[in-house]
Amino acid sequence: MDSGNIAWLLISASLVLLMTPGLAFFYGGMSRGKSVLNMMMMSFGAMAVGVLAWITFGFSIASGDTMNNIIGNPLTDFGLQSTMESGDALGIITAGFGATFAIITVALISGSVADRMKFGSWLVFAFLWVILVYSPVAHWVWGTGTNGEGFDALLGAGGPLFGDVAGPYDFAGGTVVHINAGVAGLVMALLLGVRKGFGKEPMRPHNLPFVMLGAALLWFGWFGFNAGSAYAADGFAATAWVNTTVATAIAILGWLLVEKIRDGKATSLGAASGVVSGLVAITPACASVDAFGAAIIGLLAGALSALAVGLKYKFGYDDSLDVVGVHLVSGLWGTLAIGLLANGTINGDAGLFYGGGITLFGVQAAAAGITMVYSAIATLIIGLAIKYTIGLRVSEEVEVSGIDLAEHGETAYEEAK
Amino acid sequence: MKLVTAIIQPHRTDEVRAALEAAGVKGVTVSEAAGYGRQKGHTEVYRGAEYTVDLVPKTRLEVLVDDADAATVTEAIVSAAQTGKIGDGKVWTVPVDDVARVRTGEHGADAL
Repeated sequence: MDSGNIAWLLISASLVLLMTPGLAFFYGGMSRGKSVLNMMMMSFGAMAVGVLAWITFGFSIASGDTMNNIIGNPLTDFGLQSTMESGDALGIITAGFGATFAIITVALISGSVADRMKFGSWLVFAFLWVILVYSPVAHWVWGTGTNGEGFDALLGAGGPLFGDVAGPYDFAGGTVVHINAGVAGLVMALLLGVRKGFGKEPMRPHNLPFVMLGAALLWFGWFGFNAGSAYAADGFAATAWVNTTVATAIAILGWLLVEKIRDGKATSLGAASGVVSGLVAITPACASVDAFGAAIIGLLAGALSALAVGLKYKFGYDDSLDVVGVHLVSGLWGTLAIGLLANGTINGDAGLFYGGGITLFGVQAAAAGITMVYSAIATLIIGLAIKYTIGLRVSEEVEVSGIDLAEHGETAYEEAK
Repeated sequence: MKLVTAIIQPHRTDEVRAALEAAGVKGVTVSEAAGYGRQKGHTEVYRGAEYTVDLVPKTRLEVLVDDADAATVTEAIVSAAQTGKIGDGKVWTVPVDDVARVRTGEHGADAL
């Protein structure tokens, strides 16, 4: 038993679990005072049903015996029974580590449905989404943890299209976590429709210090996410840690530069958002690039996401807290950037600017594209099923008076607007 | 008796209170207010989205004075609150029929 690696995974899983309450603060501060509790409850609710979804079928679909590289057999390990009885410490904590990823991924989506989704419907959505959307994509990206399954078998190594690279690289979840959640957020924002007053009346963040606190907790937890994805306390973990820090720091600069030029001021909300966009973009690439590559990824992640958050006003979808602008855009950028900036000396295939061909970029784009299409269709089906059974959206009266009181019987503040 | 009411920039509050004390005023009521005049509101930008904030925070001061002191007190407030920029505020005076001191039951000028 390798106690060093197991200790690191125990800590990593705990760090990633902390990200979801951190996200609750990040999102809660950005919402309005009359709906902050509901916003935070969507994250805590994701923890509740995410774990249930994971131990029933999610873990088996993600990591069970592969069925033609499409999904793991859903009946492989119901209730984690055989994993728990195995006595294999690394295997057991790996199952727990996976649960924390499923939770944070579905919680990310809640930013697009702020102020207006029934809480019960959110819980049903989160449960189904983990099983039907997150877990299959996790199987494609990571399989059972051995190379050659899922995307590797479908797209890479010896296949007809991209045979000369090993397969798409996604170290910690650019596709399965961020692109996946970003597309799902867009679909749910479209299904729910805009909030009353969207684009007309101010919906300013009610507590920016909460947003900064949330960004800090997310950054700290993200070390478990990225460096923990090495599944060992080794060189990949150390590389991921450094790249995560470099990209995130530079992403703050990228976001603030755009703000300074476009709006005239560097804002605290911009700095906190820059943190998250950098973390998102480096997630898939954190074990593939050097610090220089991480800096480029961070700079462009901050700048691209700072520009992308304005798109919702142009196209008229109410992605309330910018799940699309931050997670989809920076997730896509980070996933594609591997094809350009991967350093072959550090990990496997090299990107275009590091002496590799264009093939790696192609396989990265293919993995991103498949994830987007699947996520869009599967999320749409789940969303429509809920919409036409128990309903998705609260009444207009509830939305105006505040979802906290109507859905939870509480208010965060004495007078919340 | 007169009631002198002043709407001023919040950051001039301490100076105005000092000036009132120097002018012999024994009491003042201070409250937070919000509004706009020629200054209008300001814009705030969150993730690139501009919001116009219509109401600007102000401080409201109310002073009860003898008829004879009203002009002096007004001038004291104006000179202490003035920055010369738009948004400095306004001071106005209205007549007061009666004043009662709650503690003693005194009325009129005795209650000031």
